[in-house]
Amino acid sequence: MSGASTGTEITYLEAIREALFEEMARDQNVFCLGEDIGAFGGAFKVTEGLMARFGESRVIDSPISEIAIVGAAAGAAHMGMRPVVEMQFIDFIANAYDMLTNYVATARYRAFLPCPMVVRGPSGGYVRGGPFHSQNPEAGFLHTPGLKIVYPSTAADAKGLMKAAIRDDDCVLFFEHKYLYRRVKDVMPAGDHVVPIGQARIAREGTDVSIVTYAATVWKALEAAEQLAADGISVEVLDLRSLAPLDEEAIYRTVKKTNRLLVLHEDTRTGGIAGEITARVSETCFEWLDAPVLRVTAADIPLPYAPPLEDYVLPQTADIVRAVRRLAAY
Amino acid sequence: MTRAPRRAAPSRPSDALSREQKLALYYWMRLTRTLEERLVALYRQTKVVGGLFRSLGQEADAVGSCFALESRDVMSPLIRNLGAMLVKGATPVEVLKQYMAKGDSPTRGRELNIHFGDIGPAGSTRGFLGQISPLGDMVPVMAGVTLSFRMRGEDRVGLVYVGDGATSTGAFHEGINFAAVQRCPLVVIIENNGYAYSTPTHKQTAAKAFVDKAIGYGVPGLSADGNDVLAVYDVTKQAVDHARSGGGVTLIELHTYRRKGHAEHDNQSYVPAGEIERWAAENDPLDRYLVVLREQLGVRDEEIAAIDARVVREVDEATDEAERSGPPEALDALIGVYADPPAESPLWFRRDATDDTYGAERPEGWGTWNSGSKA
Repeated sequence: MSGASTGTEITYLEAIREALFEEMARDQNVFCLGEDIGAFGGAFKVTEGLMARFGESRVIDSPISEIAIVGAAAGAAHMGMRPVVEMQFIDFIANAYDMLTNYVATARYRAFLPCPMVVRGPSGGYVRGGPFHSQNPEAGFLHTPGLKIVYPSTAADAKGLMKAAIRDDDCVLFFEHKYLYRRVKDVMPAGDHVVPIGQARIAREGTDVSIVTYAATVWKALEAAEQLAADGISVEVLDLRSLAPLDEEAIYRTVKKTNRLLVLHEDTRTGGIAGEITARVSETCFEWLDAPVLRVTAADIPLPYAPPLEDYVLPQTADIVRAVRRLAAY
Repeated sequence: MTRAPRRAAPSRPSDALSREQKLALYYWMRLTRTLEERLVALYRQTKVVGGLFRSLGQEADAVGSCFALESRDVMSPLIRNLGAMLVKGATPVEVLKQYMAKGDSPTRGRELNIHFGDIGPAGSTRGFLGQISPLGDMVPVMAGVTLSFRMRGEDRVGLVYVGDGATSTGAFHEGINFAAVQRCPLVVIIENNGYAYSTPTHKQTAAKAFVDKAIGYGVPGLSADGNDVLAVYDVTKQAVDHARSGGGVTLIELHTYRRKGHAEHDNQSYVPAGEIERWAAENDPLDRYLVVLREQLGVRDEEIAAIDARVVREVDEATDEAERSGPPEALDALIGVYADPPAESPLWFRRDATDDTYGAERPEGWGTWNSGSKA
């Protein structure tokens, strides 16, 4: 479980775990802190085996205290440690919102205090988790200067971005999509696989319409692109991977290539990242656009539990297909 | 040097302080008060660009407690702990530059008042951590600072101050509980000064005493007269020694009184008549300590006068130095949100703007747009 997975496919979840093992072995200052992460291995078993390998002093089971977990991580980070803390479900990061936005995000700017730490946790819906085990809270943090945000869609990126996040000298919020935990797999690239923060990835090349998205909806976009290809519509899918900093150049490149843009995310609509991307494209690429920028997002509704309700609120492949057809026909 | 033969432990830790150290306690309290009085003068001259926070009447609790730390230890102050910061090595000129928003202030004009710090490795840093305004937040952060001491086997202790109001926050509760469970070498001081802004303590908690909360966290609780500098030192030293020997967290309640408002603008209309005057007349920490110095240590008036003169000289020199500094360059605002990238790009509408673009545009000009006058 702890060894390198050389040559064999591992899941998104195992890829995150492999990154934690490698970084803790590489740097004595890296330690993990969170609820039920040690002896139990975490609610989703992301940290399974870490305590056995690295001991209780570096894999710390905390009280149910998101403020204290994030605050203590910040204090330890000031002193040269590199904490990786788990929110058992990312929904609970709201409890630490003050500590992250008022304390951590401002530390370097207001006081020249280094705050190298990672806050990670299972995020997202499509899993019948209900209102408090399905959220995508990234937009509120994107609005806060001083935080970095990544949200990978593939196993290889999950590993590479985790290693980059741990090595980053600022706080990185690392959103893990729980729908993808055990559903997507990759063979890990050989060697010290680090994916730079702030670089998007072309997940599928195309020429007619661009879809800019991240996390689980990358896979929905790819599914839609496959269906649309049968109708002769060529879709390019850009996987942002990092939300802060945002790879603006990659967004503008794909817009200038296809001249039609759909921004897609699982998060709710109003105040979501799609609005920000739309505004930037409008300011920068107006004369390149052949159609209005469209958004497909969740509805502005707390995420409900029952399958018909959840499926209705969250963006589905059919929604993406409809939106791309409209853009292509404009 | 030969070791002194082992003697019975002194009855109180402050008995072990030298005459020089006891005079230093007076010096730090006097410096705190005089520096704040200077800040009031600068505030009235509008040279302090933001609010001004006083610790009048609380100098003993800040100075006496921080005096119990070693130089390698780390302290996180609250807004009434200027005295603790001075003891830990913050200088009057740094404080003055902060308040006056100078470009070479410790935070280069980014933060206000005594919100600044200097922490890191022992020896190369003075060991105080700048606070932020949301109350109670420094308790979890100091839990983490002291957790790092424990993890690395460093012989260092942390001290964090909160006011009576902050004990009602979630951050205080989570932070002290976390530190207690992890046996972090941390001392938590609650300064009970009677008011959180305008809110009296009986509207803050139903507990009879703040120190009673210690039981709930499974940590020792101590309390002392916060206006008796030696009593404050005694109780803090006991807690610091306990933390240093691996005993974990101690919660201390210091009883004191806030004689000024929350900040300089606050007219204290909510304070019962006569209360402030009574504390000033009967329970001033400097007056009380002067009695101790004169009666128990035989300190002469000339010695006191010499310290007072030294303090005034130092504050005068610091004021002159601070006033010579200029404001920060506007473009410095873009630097250092992140380590990488090191600076933000100007927004597009600022890219080719010059100083002339903004001319005399100032907040004081707001509201003049419809009166026909130019700001």
